[in-house]
Amino acid sequence: MDTPLEIAGKMFTSRFLLGTGKFKNKTDLAQSIEASKTEIVTVALRRIDLERHDENILEYIPKNVTLLVNTSGARNAKEAVRIARLAKEAGYGNWIKIEVINDSKYLLPDNQETVKATEILAAEGFVVLPYMYPDLYAARALVQAGAATVMPLGSLIGSNRGLRIKEFIQILINEIDLPIVVDAGLGAPSHAAEAMEMGADAVLVNTAVATSGNPALIAQAFAMAVEAGRLAYLSKLPSPKDNADASSPLTGFLYDQSR
Amino acid sequence: MISLVDIKNILHDPDPESTEQLAQDASRLTRQYFGRTITLYAPLYLSNFCSSYCTYCGFHSHNRIKRFKLTAEQMRQEMSFLARQGIENVLLLTGESYQATPLDYLKEAATIAKTYFSNISLEVHPMDEKEYQELFQHGVDGITVYQETYDRKRYKEVHVSGKKADYDYRLGTPERAAKGGIRHISLGILLGLADPAEDLHALYQHLHWMEHHYPGVEYSVSFPRLRSIKGTNFAYCDVDDITLVKIICLTRIQFPRVGINLSTRENANLRDHALELGITRISAGSNTSVGGYTVTAAEKQDPQFDIKDRRSVNDIVQLLKQRNFDPVLTDWRGIGNQID
Repeated sequence: MDTPLEIAGKMFTSRFLLGTGKFKNKTDLAQSIEASKTEIVTVALRRIDLERHDENILEYIPKNVTLLVNTSGARNAKEAVRIARLAKEAGYGNWIKIEVINDSKYLLPDNQETVKATEILAAEGFVVLPYMYPDLYAARALVQAGAATVMPLGSLIGSNRGLRIKEFIQILINEIDLPIVVDAGLGAPSHAAEAMEMGADAVLVNTAVATSGNPALIAQAFAMAVEAGRLAYLSKLPSPKDNADASSPLTGFLYDQSR
Repeated sequence: MISLVDIKNILHDPDPESTEQLAQDASRLTRQYFGRTITLYAPLYLSNFCSSYCTYCGFHSHNRIKRFKLTAEQMRQEMSFLARQGIENVLLLTGESYQATPLDYLKEAATIAKTYFSNISLEVHPMDEKEYQELFQHGVDGITVYQETYDRKRYKEVHVSGKKADYDYRLGTPERAAKGGIRHISLGILLGLADPAEDLHALYQHLHWMEHHYPGVEYSVSFPRLRSIKGTNFAYCDVDDITLVKIICLTRIQFPRVGINLSTRENANLRDHALELGITRISAGSNTSVGGYTVTAAEKQDPQFDIKDRRSVNDIVQLLKQRNFDPVLTDWRGIGNQID
């Protein structure tokens, strides 16, 4: 039996996290949350405006789902910190996904600035889930800084290209004693299953669900793939080998001492 | 980077099937990177004083129109009206007058605008880096500055006098804005002034250069077409709908993540169809006269250009929903801009 996913002392049955951008309407989002049974949903503070508009995204996120506000739009640590504080003041809780992106073409996270923001916010009592490029030293620095998870990207955000930097994510899985949540680039349920088979603790998906022809259906497929991948990992999936490993060896007789 | 020859071949290709293929590719990329979301913004004209003489513009210094600039109280009135319509992204515009609308006036406008909107952009006269820095600190997030045409000869012909006649100062404006800390920079060409393929190629080079040197800035582009002003046509070479559509699609394919704006200069039919191709930002409820929303009576207005799409913000929101788009009104939250 699987154990729950634990982040900052909170237990989650689902290991599938959902992003809320790019949906064509809020109903699709609500149905995707329901169909996938996700328990953590991330929303950009820049897209929330409770003060002025009737149709607010938060109305479509059930109360029992943990809200993970992200710092989308932050170009450096200081901006990420300001966004996080605004989110907390506005009453959106203290779970924050740090996204520091200073490149509008590739949207790659700035690890150095992410570490700085994590350090400041963790010290202020935030539960910090930093989005990062899978670099071992940066991941260790995030652990030191007080992160609650480490969220390496699988490939460029929104690219649907899957685990393009798999070997480096594997290193984080092997070496980092925090939940590893693979975020960004997962374009198909098979990519999510692959991440989970490797030993990732959870995955976060947005574009592949939001831009699909049937978001709720693919959200459910992702959730199932995450479960399948997790079970495969727990089953101690035999690892692939470079050479043939026949179940009935062909040349064993040559070395058979008893002949 | 796509070559000028390839751009020309695409724009001149008469085959509807190639256009359709271009549109399919552009549409797929737009959905992948932006989903079915369209950001809405509204222009607000602060002043029509202008010290430049640009032959194609309704606000130019030689044109005998009534000159206005909004007082602080009138700004509040106009802004409050727009904010009540649900607008969060505002584009504040002026003519290019360093005397009538100096930095202090713009800073005051930004300070007032911050109390009504979450995202403030300016389309005003080009300035120096230090001035952009001050505007950024006063809450300005975006700068829109079009080169209009990259063809130096043609530029000189249509920008007869005033500061705008200085091609190189204008060309360096996006860079100075980026250095000043501005988050969002919008570039553009005024279609109809010169050869569209050559201008498009130069715009791509400019944008590419900016992305390379200032990667942290979010970019968008616009392709306004020369419009008549009270019936007079200024176009040097007419850009038809097919060419405009190709330009939008090609831009999306060349720059998958860059925002593409479409203004109310275009008619409703083209705007509605262009949404499927590559457009990510549209203006709504637009009025192109100073004080045009609440201060000046409609019959007394001298607009910068005639608008073709007169639907209200609410009309546009409803239309987007009908067409399966999520209209995005809130796309930023003022976080107190600081220079780090």
